This record gives sequence, structure tokens and C-alpha cells, in this order.
Amino acid sequence: MSPIPLSVNGKAVAAEADPDTLLVTFLREHLRLTGTHVGCDTASCGACTVLVGGLAVKSCNVLLGQMAGAEITTIEGITPADGSLHPMQAAFRACHGLQCGFCTPGMIMSAIDLVTHHPHATREEVRAGLEGNLCRCTGYHNIVTAVMQAAEATRAKGGRS
Amino acid sequence: MSAARAPYIGQSVARKEDYRFVTGCGTYTDDIVLPHQAYGYFLRSPHAHAAIRSIDTAAAAAAPGVIAVYTGRDLAGIGGLPCGWLIHSIDGSPMKEPKHPVLAEGKVRHVGDPLALVVAESAREAKAAAALIDVDYDILPAVVDPASAPASGTALHTEAPDNLCFTWAIGDKAAAQAAFAKAAHVTRLSFVNNRLIPNAIEPRAANAQYSAASDSYTLYVTSQNPHVERLLMAAFVLGIPEHKLRVVAPDVGGGFGSKIYLYAEETALVWASRRVGRPIKWTAERSESFLTDAHGRDHVTTAELALDADGKFLALRVDTIANMGAYLSTFASCIPTILHATLLAGQYATPHIHCQVRAVFTNTAPVDAYRGAGRPEATYLLERIVELAARELGIDPAELRRRNFIRAFPYATPVGLTYDTGDYEATLDRALELADVAGFPARRRASEARGLRRGLGYACYIEACGIAPSNIAGKLGARAGLFEAAELRVHPTGKVTVFTGSHSHGQGHETTFAQVVADRLGIALEDVDIEHGDTGKVLFGMGTYGSRSLAVGGSAIVKAVDKVIAKGRKIAAHLLEAGEEDVQFSDGVFRVAGTDRAKTFAEVALAAYVPHNYPLATLEPGLNENAFYDPTNFTFPAGTYVCEVEVDPETGVTRIDRFTACDDFGNVVNPMIVEGQVHGGLAQGIGQALLESCHYNEDGQLLTGSFVDYAMPRADDLPDFVVETVRGTPCTHNPLGAKGCGEAGAIGSPPAVINAIVDALAPLGVRDVQMPATPYRVWQTLQQARS
Repeated sequence: MSPIPLSVNGKAVAAEADPDTLLVTFLREHLRLTGTHVGCDTASCGACTVLVGGLAVKSCNVLLGQMAGAEITTIEGITPADGSLHPMQAAFRACHGLQCGFCTPGMIMSAIDLVTHHPHATREEVRAGLEGNLCRCTGYHNIVTAVMQAAEATRAKGGRS
Repeated sequence: MSAARAPYIGQSVARKEDYRFVTGCGTYTDDIVLPHQAYGYFLRSPHAHAAIRSIDTAAAAAAPGVIAVYTGRDLAGIGGLPCGWLIHSIDGSPMKEPKHPVLAEGKVRHVGDPLALVVAESAREAKAAAALIDVDYDILPAVVDPASAPASGTALHTEAPDNLCFTWAIGDKAAAQAAFAKAAHVTRLSFVNNRLIPNAIEPRAANAQYSAASDSYTLYVTSQNPHVERLLMAAFVLGIPEHKLRVVAPDVGGGFGSKIYLYAEETALVWASRRVGRPIKWTAERSESFLTDAHGRDHVTTAELALDADGKFLALRVDTIANMGAYLSTFASCIPTILHATLLAGQYATPHIHCQVRAVFTNTAPVDAYRGAGRPEATYLLERIVELAARELGIDPAELRRRNFIRAFPYATPVGLTYDTGDYEATLDRALELADVAGFPARRRASEARGLRRGLGYACYIEACGIAPSNIAGKLGARAGLFEAAELRVHPTGKVTVFTGSHSHGQGHETTFAQVVADRLGIALEDVDIEHGDTGKVLFGMGTYGSRSLAVGGSAIVKAVDKVIAKGRKIAAHLLEAGEEDVQFSDGVFRVAGTDRAKTFAEVALAAYVPHNYPLATLEPGLNENAFYDPTNFTFPAGTYVCEVEVDPETGVTRIDRFTACDDFGNVVNPMIVEGQVHGGLAQGIGQALLESCHYNEDGQLLTGSFVDYAMPRADDLPDFVVETVRGTPCTHNPLGAKGCGEAGAIGSPPAVINAIVDALAPLGVRDVQMPATPYRVWQTLQQARS
């Protein structure tokens, strides 16, 4: 079995695991990137969402073997090393867009995809765009506010989040 | 000398805990990897009710990677999972308490009931081996419907031949009957309070480790109350000395009640960890969560309200059947009784109330406290029947409520509680203003012009929080105290670590409690850390549920802070060569009154740990204090919720156009966190009203066993919320004046939503809509009303 080449958070990885390993299992158990969470077994909750080539993907629903050559970004990969926060992380904190924190990494990754591809989304469109991520704590109100705030910050910088 | 600063209390301080959560650095139970850990998998019953003829584990034991296989027979020497609240029936007999075995013994009683634990080198091998266990079942008829359970002719437990756990009642039945006899009007309503599945997004998990070196255990587990878990597991089930079991509840991804209880899985893992000599980890698959997390609600109720000719409430009668599920979960028995029937006065001065509750066993998952726990059921029936009475009498529903509000405090209800304070008119008035009720008729006309029906619904809720005065709870059947504990450890530099028996699983205690301590000590917020969730660190604790953390846990912290200040005054008096009575403490400084002589809190702390100039003959060194706080009464948060919906009569689709919540939580420490708690509660209450319902078929198979089948509220199912916390009536009996805010949203919102839908459809002949008001159910109700 030859290693599967992929990139995780900007670092080249030669994955030596069964190709039928779920991507989320590979991230959590092989790379110990435990910020990506598992909340269900039906690809319904979105707690495991990561970016693959900049698009939000539920990592419980893809196999490692499908990821050859892919560029994967997890919550750890968007966190600046200097102790500061990515604009989406900062907005979630400022707007109280999280409580227990379990859905948060997946929610943030979905929100980054949303804002990147729909920088002018309305509150209603943000709600529709986050429909694949369950949160049981916040009632979503403050999550929507956070995403709107991050989108505004991103637009103000004139660039991608 | 530190300068006075604006108080933290009352400010929406950003949460201290958020950095680790937004960066993925939280440590949840499933993130913990112990050296040489093995993995557990539970074989579960596929049948709702069956006798076990035999279990053959030989093939599983021989499967690749398998370390051990255990069944109920192996665990037969240990106790069952206990129930923490003893309810007595009307005839004085104690509730039926059949054994709840950790692994099934002789019989399985619900789908998902665990029969065997397989321990293997990997989770995959453990699961594969479990499929090789051969169980010979004798399938029995399933008892599923709670209302017909007593007459079903099939008994789950020999101790309860009619499946009745207890028949309990509260209130003066004869007085209520007399009041009904002279009533000018009686409103009657029957309904089902739909069964819900809590579904914290983090599934339950545990990792249990035995140390031969110290003959002790460490359990990492998704728990809201690790000390309670330790006490129950050690003393009542496994017979382990309590000091030989450390329970750690690290970051916990939501609880909503479902992580209060002692469950079979972690108990079996602790037991087995010593047998296999390795840590054993188990994380529930979501399908297992659906089958085995304690469910909520599930009441079948008939209610009657008697009114006089002026619309004054004369009496309320309630008859409820409460589903306990297959076994009594940890606090199951107190939910439909103590936490339900005692709230039936609501905000109203109803002089006579009688409530009877029959609790039944069925072949379904155990039912226990879920966000609100009894209080949503009480509020739903009361606010629905009040709304219906208003409609029948042609009185404005807000006006009918006003006529019956309690206005003088303290107020002793006819169902055992004494409300210390409240101002129900204030929250009602403000809610009507915020919701622009005055503009409703115009909005209704605009909807009608588009072929839609618009409705407005109110709910005026009250709840009892701050559980609870231990002596009162004890008289009511509690088998535990319900105080809270705290330790304040002041370090030599004046920095402070607070150890609290409360547990945060989303509530933001690390921030709220730090605001309280920093203000009281006059130090900076960043100089205070809050530790919780580890019996090895925290002296004791009763945990977090029932919106009790600030009112009870926060009060324990305040007591510990005050002890620290009292000792600090003695130290400062010595350092300042003054009498203790002349030393005052404010803004972080001990001062001799009327002089400029002063010592900062940090200077006093240093003196306590470097006691060179110190009254050693009369005072111990160090600055570290413990406190236990036992409340003298419950707290009574209350408020008014207003829901406005638009219903499409052609499709039955309901859209919430606006939702307004106006709450009185007493004093508020962090408004942002409090609003967030209300938002979350509203989502769960609106979920109950419109989307969520747990269904078993007649064979006891769970039909709503995944997120594909059980409708969780998603972002596009919910509206933006208007939430305001009024400058309320502070709780009169705890030092913070706090009442609790965690459950209100889930308590007040279901009747507000249903009242709004009924208001929208009343012109079409609709009198009631059952929860959840899905499009199909609303459409069906409309068809029935039209025919």
C-alpha cells in the first residue's frame, strides 16, 4: 500500500493509512487534529466540516483514498500562530456565536466557504447557507450575526477571508 | 494602589473560554487518548421487550483484536443504576423501583438496552466482534403507548404488574371540586406534550482507567455533574470507595439535561477497566445517542380551568400520565411531580389547584429532565388553557392574564411554592411593546391579502430554579443535598483560582463567575481563573442543571470570596498596625478608615504566603477558603413571550414572522451570555412546537433514530429573535440577586407558538393544534375543522 499524498494545513502529508479510512478519522486519530469533531453518523450535523480546495466538505463523508492531491484545511489551519484569530473566529467570539464549542469549528469552516463565495449574503442567505451545520446551543441568531460581521470585515479588506 | 474601575458585573464581557473553542483547542472526552487504551462497544437489544434465553459470546471472544467480552451475568454482583428521588403514591406506598441493571439481566426492556460489552484493540474490531454474539430471545409484546400502559396486560417489571411506577397528587382535591361546582365557565383541553430527544451535538463518551499502583480509577466522561456521578457510581453501583474514583468532565459539548445522569456505559467501562488492566474508551455513535440518551417530556394530559363571571380563575385541575420509559433514570421521578405540578399556579392567583400524576413504565428509552424539565409541561398546559379560556369568553388574552396576575409578594401558591418576588405586568407590558402588538391588525390584513393567515400568541411563564433548599428537597423525596460548593485559592501574587462545583458545558461560567469574583475582590478579570469538572481538583459539587449555577454555585463562590476578604482584613490590620474593625476593603484595597494607610489585595496575599510580618500566633498563614451554599428558597424567573406566525392554509406551512422574549431574571452579570441562553432555549422550544417529536412504532422500534428522521431546528428554520431582559426584581434570598436563565426560552416558547397558530386558524374553526405543528399536521387539522 503506497502512501496517499495530500496537503493538510499547508503541509505535505504522505498518509500511511487504509484508503477506506474516513477523512475525519485520519485527521483526528492519525494527525491528532482534534478540532474537527464528529457529531453524527449520517452526514447531517456538519461538526466535521473542513475545507477541501477551499470548499466546505463534511469529512465524515469522504474517504482518505479520495483525497490524493487534495489541499485540506482544518480549524487548526486557519488559526494564526501569533495568538490572534482569523476574522471568522474573531467574529464568532465577538458576537457570542458559540456556547459549548462543539459545533463551532465545523460551523466556522462552513461560514468561511459561505463568505468567500457569497460575500454579500443577507441574513436569510446566511441561514440557508449554514443549513448543513447543526448547533443545539445558540439558536443560530448570534452565529448569523457573526457571519454577517465577518463578511463585512472581509469586504472592508477587499479580499478573501 | 489599584484605581477604581467600572464593575464587570452588568457588562457583556467577551468569554474567556472562547479562544480554545474557536481555534479547535477544546478538550472533549473523545479527544482524550490514554496510553495503551482499548475500545469498548456495547451490543444492544434490537427488540423492545424480550426475555433472554441465552447469550453465546464464544465466537466474539475469539474474534481478532478482542480482549474481553462481558455480559449481565459477569456484572451480576454489582448494584443497579439508582434513582435519586423517592416519590410516594397517594396511598403512601413508595414508588416502584425495579432494578436497572448495568447490562441486561434476564430481559431486555427497550431497543438499545445494552446486553454485552466487547473490549478490543480498536473500535472497529470491538464492533465487528459484537456482531458475532449470539443472543437467543423470546420476544414479548411491547408496551409503548403511555396512556394504555396500565391496562396493556404485559408487565415490564414484576414489581409493577400494571406498569404503574406511582400515582401521586398535590393540592386540595375537595376544594378544587367545590370551586368547579360554582364556576361560571369551565375550559377543558387534552393534549400530548411530545416526547423529545435532547441531542447535544457532542455524543456521550467515556474513557475509564484503573491504576493498580494506587488501586484507584479515573473516569473521563461527558457529565454535567462529575461529583454526583462519582457518588452514585462508587457508593450505589460498584462499591468502590468514593476516594478511589476520580471523575473528570472536561469540555462537554452541550448537555440540556441529558448528561446529568449516571448511565450504564461509563459504569460498565469503569468496572471492566480493572478486569482488563487497560483504559477503555467508548464514544456513542449518534444512533446510540438517539436510542439511549434519556429522552424528555412525554406527558398525556387533561386540564380543566374554572373561571367566575369576571374571568377570575377559581380552580385548576390536571390529570397527567407521565412516561418513565423502561427504567427509572437518575432524576426521572421528580420531573413530572416536583418540577411540574408545583408550577401550575404560573403567574396567577388561582386559589385552588389539584394535580394527579400517574407515572408508567413502557418499552422505550428512559425519560428524564430535558431543558426545563417539568416546567415546560406545566407552562404549556396552563398557557394553552388560559388562551383557550380567553377565546371562549371573548376576553383579550393579555387582559385575562392581567386580571389574574399575582401582585403581592411573597406569595404562597396552593401547590407548595412561595414566590419571593416578581412583577409580571412589567414583562407583559414591555413584551407587547417590543412585539408591536398594536400594529398586528394591519399586519394580519396584509397577510390575508396574500391568502395567508396571521396569528399572535402569548405565553406568560414562571419557573422554579436555583435548585434547591436541601431540607425542603429532602422532605419532597430527594436523596441528595442540593447545595453548591466553591473554593477560592488566592496565590501569593494575588492571582486567584476558583474551584466550583458547577459545571460549564456552554453556559460561560469561566467568564460570568470570573466577573463576580473580580468585582468583589477589586482585581482584574484576567487575574481570575475558574476551574470546574474534576473531582480530583474541586472539593465537591452538585453540578449544573435547573438553571442553578449562578444562583447557587455563584452564591457559594461569593461566600468563599467573603471569607477571603474577612481573613484579608485581619492580615491587613496587622500589617497596618490598626484594629481589624478600622480596616475597610473596597476596589481591591484594604484601608484604615480616615487615613491614607492602605495595602492592596496582592500585598495582603503575599504576606499570607510569606508570613515574616504576620500574626502567626492567632492566624494561620495562607489565603484559601472553602464555602458551601445551601439556598433558602427556589428562585422564580418569569416573563412574557410573544410569537407572531403566518400560516399558509393551503400547505399548512407555518413561518414565525417575529418572536419576542421579555424576561425577568433578577440581576444579570453578563447580558450577552444571558441573551445567548435565551436564544438557545427558544430554539429548543420552537423545535418542540414545530419540528421535533420522538416516535416509536407499536413494536417499540424507534422511528426517529437519526438526524435524517428527527427534525432538529436548523438555521433556516428559525427567525431572528427579539430578546430583552428587563431591569427586573432581584431574587431576595441569594447574595447575587440572580434567578437563573438557562431554561426560560424552552419553557415559554412552545405555548406562545401554538397559541399563535391557533389564533391564525381560529377563524377557520380550529380550537387546538397538537405539537409539533408540522405542515402535515396543520393541514390535517384544517381539513378536520372544515369538514
